[in-house]
This record gives sequence, C-alpha cells and structure tokens, in this order.
Amino acid sequence: MRIGVFTCHCGENIGRTVDCPAVSKACADFPGVVHSEDYKYMCSDPGQNLIKQAIKEKNLNAVVVGSCSPHMHEKTFRKACSDAGINPFQVEIANLREHCSWIHDDVPSATLKAIDMMRMMVEKVKFNGPLTPIRVPVTKRALVIGGGISGIQASLDIANAGYEVILVEKEPSIGGHMSQLSETFPTLDCSQCILTPRMVEVYQHSKIKLMSYSEVENVEGFIGNFSVTIRKKARSVKDELCTGCGLCVQKCPIKKVALSEFDEGLATRPAMYVPFPQAVPNIPVIDRTICTYFKNGKCQMCKKVCGREAIDFEQQDELVKEEVGSIIIATGYKLYTIDKKPDDSPIHGYGEYGYGKYKDVVSGLQFERIASASGPTSGEMLRPSDKKVPKKIVFIQCVGSRDEAKGFSYCSKICCMYTAKHAMLYKHKVHDGEAYVFYMDIRAGGKMYEEFVRRAIEEDGVKYIRGRVSRIYQDDGKIIVKGEDTIAGVKVEIDADMAVLATAMMAQTEAPKLAQTLGVPYDKYGFINEVHPKLRPVETSSGGIFLAGACNSPRDIPDSVAMASAAAAKALVLFGSDMLEREPVVAKVNEATCAGCLYCKKVCAYNAVEAKEIKDRNGNLIKVVAYVNSGLCQGCGTCNATCPSKSVELLGFKDDQIYAQINAFAEV
Amino acid sequence: MNFGYYPGCSLQGTAKEFDLSLKEVLKVLDVNLNEINDWCCCGASSAHVMSHILSVALPARNLLLAKHRGMQNVVAPCAACYNRLKVSQHELKFDEKMRMKVEEILEEKISNGVEILNLIGLFQKIGLGKIKTAIKINLKEIKAACYYGCLLVRPHDILKFDDPENPSSMEEIVSIIGAKPIEWNYKIECCGASHSIDNTEIVEQLSKNILNDAIKHDANVIVVACPMCHSNLDMRQKNILKKYPQQKAIPILYLTQLLGLSMGLNYKDLGLHLHYINPVPMLEEKVKVEEVTI
Amino acid sequence: MHHTTLNPIVQKIIDVTSQDTSLCYQCGKCSAGCPLRDFMEIPPNRIVRYLQLGLYDLALTSSTIWLCAGCQTCSSRCPKNFEIAKLMDALREISVEEGIQPKDKKVLKFHNAFLKQIKKYGRSFELGMVGDYKLSTGNLFQDLGLAPETLMKRKMGFRPHKIVGIEKIQKIFDKSMKRDTK
Repeated sequence: MRIGVFTCHCGENIGRTVDCPAVSKACADFPGVVHSEDYKYMCSDPGQNLIKQAIKEKNLNAVVVGSCSPHMHEKTFRKACSDAGINPFQVEIANLREHCSWIHDDVPSATLKAIDMMRMMVEKVKFNGPLTPIRVPVTKRALVIGGGISGIQASLDIANAGYEVILVEKEPSIGGHMSQLSETFPTLDCSQCILTPRMVEVYQHSKIKLMSYSEVENVEGFIGNFSVTIRKKARSVKDELCTGCGLCVQKCPIKKVALSEFDEGLATRPAMYVPFPQAVPNIPVIDRTICTYFKNGKCQMCKKVCGREAIDFEQQDELVKEEVGSIIIATGYKLYTIDKKPDDSPIHGYGEYGYGKYKDVVSGLQFERIASASGPTSGEMLRPSDKKVPKKIVFIQCVGSRDEAKGFSYCSKICCMYTAKHAMLYKHKVHDGEAYVFYMDIRAGGKMYEEFVRRAIEEDGVKYIRGRVSRIYQDDGKIIVKGEDTIAGVKVEIDADMAVLATAMMAQTEAPKLAQTLGVPYDKYGFINEVHPKLRPVETSSGGIFLAGACNSPRDIPDSVAMASAAAAKALVLFGSDMLEREPVVAKVNEATCAGCLYCKKVCAYNAVEAKEIKDRNGNLIKVVAYVNSGLCQGCGTCNATCPSKSVELLGFKDDQIYAQINAFAEV
Repeated sequence: MNFGYYPGCSLQGTAKEFDLSLKEVLKVLDVNLNEINDWCCCGASSAHVMSHILSVALPARNLLLAKHRGMQNVVAPCAACYNRLKVSQHELKFDEKMRMKVEEILEEKISNGVEILNLIGLFQKIGLGKIKTAIKINLKEIKAACYYGCLLVRPHDILKFDDPENPSSMEEIVSIIGAKPIEWNYKIECCGASHSIDNTEIVEQLSKNILNDAIKHDANVIVVACPMCHSNLDMRQKNILKKYPQQKAIPILYLTQLLGLSMGLNYKDLGLHLHYINPVPMLEEKVKVEEVTI
Repeated sequence: MHHTTLNPIVQKIIDVTSQDTSLCYQCGKCSAGCPLRDFMEIPPNRIVRYLQLGLYDLALTSSTIWLCAGCQTCSSRCPKNFEIAKLMDALREISVEEGIQPKDKKVLKFHNAFLKQIKKYGRSFELGMVGDYKLSTGNLFQDLGLAPETLMKRKMGFRPHKIVGIEKIQKIFDKSMKRDTK
C-alpha cells in the first residue's frame, strides 16, 4: 500500500484546536504512509490539486484526509482522487472537526486525539478494496399520486418533457380542493377558471394516463424500478363508451339521500353523480351504498336512458400493475372537522363553537361553496339555515391551529389570507354588511399578501379584532359570538347572522397508510416528511419518491405549484440517464457460509434481502441462502449486526476494516 | 346497593332539602348511604383561594376516613365538594411533592382507591332502568332547564365527567322520568358562586341571566345538582324579582326533588316548602297526579 | 422552566401551577369567556401579561384576582392548557403573604370568616360565619330581609357541630398556612 495523508486546517475550525502540522508530521511516520502534508483548505481547488499531484508523483493507491465531516466533502475528495486515477473507495476521511476540534478545548490532548484518529483511518484503508458503483436501469415513467393542483402541475411538467405519467386520483374527478374554491388570493382570480384549463390539458395530454376514481394499493421495487399496483374502483360505467351527456344523472331518482362531498355537505347529490359540472373526466359514478339497484335490484333508470349502453352494474374493481421509475406524492390535505372525536384522537373538538350544532356556523371550505357561483346558493351570500342574506358575519381564525389543547400546535399558514379573502368577497356582495375577523396574528408573508390584507381593512371596511372567541351560541336566530379585543382590553360580543371558522389544514386520513405502503416516513400529524427541511424540501428519504404540496405541510397554491415543478424536475433528473449509479456501500452475503436462517431478511427495513436458491447442475436444491438486492440496499448494516454466522458484510465497512481501526486505537 | 356518603356542610344547613330529598329517593330505590364518620369540611372555595396545601389536605383527610372504613366509593351530592375531593385526589396522585407534604401534615400515608361520584354519577351507577321502574307520576308537562353550573363538568381533564361544553347526563335522567328537558344556552354558565355573600349584586346579575335564558326557552323549572347554584338561583331570586318588576319567577328544584316527585313522594318529605321561590303553584298546575304505566 | 433568578413570586406560581407564564400567547380567550370579566378593571389575560413583564404589583393589587370565582371556564378553553384559575389561586395566596390589601376587601373577609369556622368546628357554621363577616365588614344589615325566612325554615343551625377530630383539623390549618416554600 502506498498511502497519502492530507491534514486540513479547515481555516480556524480545526487549526485553532488541533496542531495540524504536528499531526501531519506524526502521520508521515506511520507504516505504509509515503506522503503526508497539511494545508489550510483541502477542499479548495489548490487543496485538491495538492492531492492529485501527490497521487501522480508518489504513485499513491490510497488516500486519507483529515478534515470536516464526510457528510460535507467525502464526495469532493473521492472525485478528486478518482480524477487522478485511484478508485474513489480507497479514500477515507477522518473527521477532525466535528469529532475533535469542535468538541475539545485543550490543544495538546486534541492534537493527540487527532493523530489517533488519523492512524485509525490509515490502518482501515489498508483493508479497503476497490469498489465500483452499482448501475441500475431506469424506467422513464412517472407515477403521480393525487390529482389536485400539485399533482396536475407535476404531471404536466413531466409529460411536457416527453415522458409518460400515470396520474392516480381517488375521487371521481381531478381538481382537488382548488376546484372547490370560489376565488384565490391574492389576485381574486376565479379558481375554477384558472384550474380547469389545466385539468383539460391533463385529460387531453397524450403522455398522461389519467386513472381517476383509483387508489394506489401496493408499491414494490426501488428507485428507477418501481412496480405499482393500482386499484381502479368500479364506477359502474364503462368509461370508453360514456359521452358525458349527463342524462343518467338527471334521471336518477335518489336525489336527496346523500350529502354532496364537493359542496361540503351544504347540498345533496344523486346516487348517480358527477361531483361538479366541470369534472374531469366527466364520467359519472354510482354510489352503490344508496343506489336502489344495488340495494334491492330495482330501478335501473340510468341504464334505461343511456343511449350508449355504458352502464355496467356488474363492473368490479380492477387491479392494474404499472412499472414506473419515479413516484411523486401529491395527496394534499383535508380540513379539520371540529365536532366530537373519539378519546384517542389528537383532536378534541370545539364544543364551544357549536359547529355541527348550528347550521349558520360553517367552516372555511363551506364558505367557499356558498361564495362560489357553482355552489348551493349559486354564489349568492345566503346563510344555510333560512337562506337569508347575513348582514353581520364573523370570521374566526386559528380554529384548530396554534392550539395544543384542542387541535394542532402548528400554524396552518393559509387561514389569515383566505379569511381576508372571504371577508372581502362578502363585502363585495353585501355592500351594507358588516364583517368582523377575530385574529391572533396576521401571517401574510407572500408576494402582495400584506397589501391584500390591508386592502380588506382599509378599502373594504372589514373590522379586525385582535383576540380569540370563547363561545358561540344561537339565540333568537342570531349567532352570538363572545370574544375579546386584547389590544383595547375590552370584551367584544357580536350578535351575528353567521360565523365562519377558519379551520386547520391537516393531513389526509389515509396519508399514513399510503406512506407505509410507499415506505416513506411521516410525522405525528400524518404529514409526509422531507429529507431536509432547508436544502431538500421535495425529496423523501426513499430514493426516487418525491413530494409536493400540502401533503408535506400546510401550504398555499403558489408554493404548492412551485414544489410540484421542483418534484417534477427531480424526476426528470432521474430520467436524464438510462442507468442510475448508486453508491456501492451495500451489504454482500458470503453464500458459502450463509446458513439461510434469513434473520437478515427479517430485520431489513428496505425489503432488500431475498431468499435465493442454490441448485446443482441437475436442478436439485442444495440450500437456500440470503441474497441482497444491491439496488434496494441502503447500506445501514443492520443485517451485518444481526447475522449469527458473520456471513453478511457491508462493503466499505467490512469486519477486517473495522477491526483494523479498533486495533490501531487500542495499541497506544 | 351501598355507597359511602359525604354530605358536605351545605346539605346539613342551607341545602337541607337536598339531603332530605336524596335520602327519600334512595329509600324508594333501596340504596343505602353510609355517612363518613366525623367528616370535616372539604374547604369549598375558601380553602383553594387562600392556601393551596390546605385545599388538598382537607379533602384528603375525608378520603382517608373513607378508606379506613373500607368504602369503595363516596357520593358527594354537592358539586363543590365533589370537585374538591376529585381535584385533591388527582393532585395527590400526580404531584409527588404535594403528596409528601400532605402525608406529613396528616401524619399518615396516602394511597388511592376511593371512587368519587357526583349526584348524577350516583344515579348512573344505580342504573337508569331501575329508576324508570319506580316512576309513578306523569311529569310530561314539566319543561326542565338542566343547569350544571361550573364544578360538575370542569376541569374535564380531572373530572372526566360528561361533555364539558354540551353536557347531557342530567337531561338523560330527566327524560327517563318522563319530564321534558329543554335546549338552552346557559347550562354551564357560572352563577357567581361564593360571591353570594361578598358581592351579592354580581351574583344577582349573573343569576338573572341564567333565569332569563331558561324562561326564554320555555322552561317552567330549573333543575340543579349543586347547593351553591340552588342558593344563588333560588334564594337570590327573591331580590331579583323585587329589583326587576318585569322579571318572571321560576322555581328551582334539586334533581333529587324532581325524581322524588316522579316517584309520587309528597312535597313536604322532599323539602319543597324550604325553598324561597315556592314551586308548589307550578307543580299543581303542571303535574297531573295520575298513575303511569311504563 | 428557564428561570435563572428565582423571584419568590415566580417560584410560588410555579409551585402552585407547575407552569410557566411564558406559555401564554395572549389570545384573550380566557377574558372573552370569563363570567366575572364585566366587573373586573383588568381582564384575566392582562394579569398574565403583567406577570410576563415582571409587573407583579399591578397583578397583585388588582381586584381581578379577588373577583375570580374559580369557575374554570378559562382553564378549560385555553388553547395552551394554561391553568389560569390555578394561577389566580397562587396570586391570591402570594397577595395575602405579602400583606397586600386587596381593592375589594369584602372577598378576603368572607373567606377568612368561612375558614375561621372550619378551623374552630371542622364544619361550616353558617350563622357564625355570617355574623363574623358582618362584623368585619361593618355591614350589619346585609341580607337582613332574608333572615326571618331562613331561620324559620331552619336552614341555618343555631348551634355549631364540632367534630370529634377537631384537633386534627387545627393541626392541618396550622401546618398548611405556615409560610414555607416547597
């Protein structure tokens, strides 16, 4: 072995506490070391050139660098060495910064420790073998889960780049919550007007395979090579025959039983229904729980009137298998419902606000439906109980948000903005009406957001009261709101006609289950976790699986759209090469010594271990051993620790390498 | 059935009719009450206002007495006593420092175990079905506003009784006995509590709001389970009526008295004559004394 | 708890409530629902604010802490699970210990009269308590109108009931009311 040792001062970071020249001098005397030097900034260009030069001049075949954490610059030094002609995996880093200089004060002892650390790495590298990166093929197709604005954006970006996308949406139509909104802040654009063109684009795009009324059932595989099973739920309509004429929906006699999910329970929908007029695809669905035919075999009105024989009562759920290379999670959010919950639920409900008890106390999305031209009141400001125009309306922010006792401790980010929007919409339609907003803080940090809220106050005369509301109850047809203005220090009681609660954004109920299916981590609220909140916001810890929008955290539309494009870009990076290179620090089974107990398979969190049959030339089974799929293996080493016969090793961290380090440390 | 009994100071004095009616009703239901021997005051509002340790130590002594007598449960009909006993028990269980302090004061080790029940909890334990079988009188003309006040339902984390914002356990009992519980908005609004003596006008104002909301929602009686609430709504109603000539009178009954009426017990035995606002005229009008087959 | 200096007032608050006033983000929900709020000069949330700012005098001399009826509406609705009702208890205790004369003396006089009976007899002796209270406030004529009816209905006993274990009660009082910190 001809080892080169390079000690970095890291400016003052290491140099202040560790005597780097002394370390370098000591390393020069280690057996096997033929070159040792120190430098102020090894990661810089000149620093790297020092290494490359030494490799060429001294014919080095292994390098040890004493520097900052490998998390920072291992890649840098490996590439430099690779450029100079040695295998990048014969490069080891001793973390003299985080593990030494940053945690000690005393220079002499820190220096001695640094020398020990360098010696350990020198001994280890003597056992390093060359490793080649693993190459796996990439399926250049993407799966996008969720057809809201985030999913739509991501799908279009990938499809427009020329790759096929499968877009899976669990509702009968794409569009998500954005399709329920009346107008969007801060521009007050009509929500459906800006959304539906995109929805149609998705539907008509030759590269997008839209699977609506479908859910992801199972996912197997790894980055570049996912195998997904999707359940196409039975609409009871043959979508290839349906023209969307709507006659069946019109004629369906079960009109008043079910509450419309799209209208947030403010209106009914028939058993045979299309969620909203602009639905994409415009193919109806039969709600089999209330359809007469499915209950007692009668009616069949829809079948009678359908001119295309598209109704199919026998239709079953279909399981479809698809191969994709990348997955984007865009499942969005749901709104907190504040009625009573079971005792083990994290939500404890707001009995004091009377939601669910009083018809005229509504949630944010319900107000959107009332304000919406396609809604239950055709856009007229009418309150649910008696359809009268409310002359005094109260908006309450932070219901369920910033509330450790009864809701979630986080801030839902969008409520300040959409409440201002609601108040403005109300004032625009009811000129002589009075609008009040109870708030704790105003969070309006986006572009033109602060100006938007000020507009509500200064131009539209909305009265903002700083304080929470203690109780809402109904008296004589009025909604009595008991609040406080903490700035003036006075009680504020309003006998309003209607109250709107800005309820918290929360993760979808099935989000944890989906996360488990995909093998990605999620937090205690059910939001899918990003790898690093600052620098890797659209990636999950599973390679090839990205996320976008409110499934990760409460978020508004501009940020969701940006995130969706970012996630799409990540997928496109993946599709940019035919083969994917992965770090070869993976587990390897010695099939000669493996007894086939498969404990390693049990403990592998990445499902990377399989059982492999070893057969003789005649096809008779000799034994079963474990086999590690190097594409899936993440190199965690759990199998290595578990194996009772020491048959599994982690390349790059083999037993002999580790023992060399320990021995180097032990012989003082 | 047997229950440990902690009457509390009011039931021996100003809330005598509560004690009387409770005992009469339990006689019919064949339930025995074993009064804790030599019990002392729980401290009520005054103890916790003046000294945290005192407010935990006084109820603790009573719980120890109950434990010594081998009682599994203790019924405290007064909502304040119930509240103080439960809160003290909770603090002794979860606050180690407090428990050690109280053990030092009482010179005895404290261990848990006694179940503390309020009036409604008692009837739930007896079983609403059993109560239904004892019904003799038809009370369907009685429109009752069930008033819980504060201390029966708060703090919910400790009491874990009913729904602190929209309770319905009293209404359930009132329905079972055939009367009609009404929906109203002041079920859990404070009556002013112990300010009855030091700031009577405050209590009069707060109680007036409660009385009026019950009347507004068509109640002809307010049913309570707390002697303090009863006193504020009944005794103080006299002055409210005097101050506000437009004010209508509405009788205030203990839940046990309403129960007793449905069982056909007589007015005197139930202590109805001890109220300040006479409930008899309303009862004579609304309660037809006829047999009811259930 | 992040206090570096243990101000005795702050220490007492922590002893009684086990909470830190920094929990409160001044939303005002407590004040909005407080039934006694109309009679208070300083609303409950503002008392907490005074404590957060170190303005202990303003909090301890307020009528608010004595008007609080302990109805727990505030604590049960507080989004931060801050026990304001318990905090009021702590402030009253501190106020008495510091010898601060409350704005509304009647409340303190009532509680003193009540506890005097408990210490003497072990149970409340209402006639005695009312008498004591009237003497201490000087308002002998309060509620006199109700007296005849009350006495006739025998709703107040003429004689107190002294419990057997009264010595124990007195010991409890003596040990609890001593001014020691935990």
